[in-house]
Amino acid sequence: MLAGLLVLLFLAGMVFSTTRTALPIFREAGLSFFTSTDWQPTAGHYGALAFIYGTVVTSAIALVVGVPLSLGVALFLTEISPRRIRGPLTYLVDLLAMVPSVVYGLWGILFLLPHFLQPVAVFLNRYLGFIPFFRGPVSGLSYFGAGIVLAVMIIPIVSSLSREVFSAVPVEDRHAAYALGATRWEMIRGAVLSRGRAGVVGAVMLGMGRAFGETIAVALLIGSRPEVSVSFLQPGYSMAAVIANTFQEANGSGIAALVAIGVVLFVITIIVNMVARALVWRFVR
Amino acid sequence: MNGIDAAIPVAGESTLNRWTDERVASGRRWRNRLMAGFMGAALAVSVSVVGLILLYVVKAGLGAMSWEFLTQPPPYSYRLEGGGFVNGLIGTAIMLVFATVVSAPMGVMAAVYLAEYGGKGTLAKLIRFFSDVMTGVPSVFVGLFVYTALVTSFGFGASMGAIALTIIMLPIIIRSSEEMLRLVPRDLKDASHALGASKSQTIVRVVLPSAAPGISTGVMLAVARAAGETAPLILTILGAQAIVTKLWDEAIAALPLQIFDGARNPFAAGVERAWAGALELVVIVLAFTLLARLLASRSRI
Repeated sequence: MLAGLLVLLFLAGMVFSTTRTALPIFREAGLSFFTSTDWQPTAGHYGALAFIYGTVVTSAIALVVGVPLSLGVALFLTEISPRRIRGPLTYLVDLLAMVPSVVYGLWGILFLLPHFLQPVAVFLNRYLGFIPFFRGPVSGLSYFGAGIVLAVMIIPIVSSLSREVFSAVPVEDRHAAYALGATRWEMIRGAVLSRGRAGVVGAVMLGMGRAFGETIAVALLIGSRPEVSVSFLQPGYSMAAVIANTFQEANGSGIAALVAIGVVLFVITIIVNMVARALVWRFVR
Repeated sequence: MNGIDAAIPVAGESTLNRWTDERVASGRRWRNRLMAGFMGAALAVSVSVVGLILLYVVKAGLGAMSWEFLTQPPPYSYRLEGGGFVNGLIGTAIMLVFATVVSAPMGVMAAVYLAEYGGKGTLAKLIRFFSDVMTGVPSVFVGLFVYTALVTSFGFGASMGAIALTIIMLPIIIRSSEEMLRLVPRDLKDASHALGASKSQTIVRVVLPSAAPGISTGVMLAVARAAGETAPLILTILGAQAIVTKLWDEAIAALPLQIFDGARNPFAAGVERAWAGALELVVIVLAFTLLARLLASRSRI
């Protein structure tokens, strides 16, 4: 009956086994692993900054675009939607979570990129090009493209958790807000959002964890260039994507270096996840 | 969730709200409408994205789908037309079967421990917390773990991929099964105890059977999730062009992996096959999801 211990065992095993492989790389590269963009594992240069930067930038774009959408969806479903259509709508949004990430990637490069991402990128560049983030030249595969697809991918997780959080807000609070003469939006802001703040932050962080770790869709969309560009419209690389894209060609120290990137990614996501779970748990349970 | 949900009056139907709406200053009223409009738009965007994805996958996939695709392995170059992903389908099926056979019993046992024995103990809390955290571990990292721990000694192969998928499925199954076991009514257990059944008899004869539909729902959803996993497979099975049925020490193909390879090579024939593969994969994933819903609706508790 202690099969549950297995989970803890797996987790410990993961940390131990990967760290052991990655240790020589960390020892050799030292701090330059986090500060250098020179990535040539065969030549002994292990600067992973470009990948870390790409992961952070794409996830940030995903959150900026995806979180308002997710909260809008969650609030619509809990507060506005007539009960009859709530079930089917919830099911449709949850379908987003069932689409495999490789299908997101394929759809992203072959449909979304030519029909949506590219025109929007050109538009942003033309009218907001004076902001460094939108400086040209516009490249199809970019932080922006990867970020937008990530935004879609985090909608189901962020919205379903926020929905749980919003539903847990006591009905008395809502009635109290209405009794004070609040409009529906004022009620939502004053009662639902303020009571649920910790839970929503947790849900957003879980979405962030998902965005950090997402591999395949980003690998296909980010453009695979190990450089740091300020402009979102340029190609870059992310931590998870470089592992997926270059593993098959790597050997020896190259693989160890990829494992080192994986360890950094793991440590970041596990911290984000632990904090997020703690926040959501405190609220929902 | 449903219990609380049902108690909340839907604001749009509330007479209270209509009453206030007529008396509030127009600025506040407009802001109210604006935000409602935004929420509706957010939902519309999300739902239409679902629609666009499914529609396009079906459209492009059907165009490339054929009997040959379903029954033949791919040709040796992404440039060549014809062939299919049957080797990937076989690989995916082998790994899913093994991963399910291992992770389902282990996951359910862990869930029984959490729901029936562990209670609010520190160990149970710890396992629960880390299961949740583990569902958030990037799947590519699970692949790296299996690679460094096992593949380096045993070689790439279906068994390695199956282990990676097991690790991904296990926490999902544990958490969903535990929720289901907790829904089994106290009265049912008390009745069993009153008839003289021991705790383990009660669990095996009463609790597990009545929670079975719910548990299988969780398992099906875990299978659906695992079927689409790509990243960990790159690191554990590597991929292959021919049909492989060996479980050990020989690189094997998988459906998502073949889609990924087709998508990142800019050759029309390879992309065609990737679309057909995407359709095949989406159909498989949705089939398991629907099966899960069907089982859930059959649930007696």
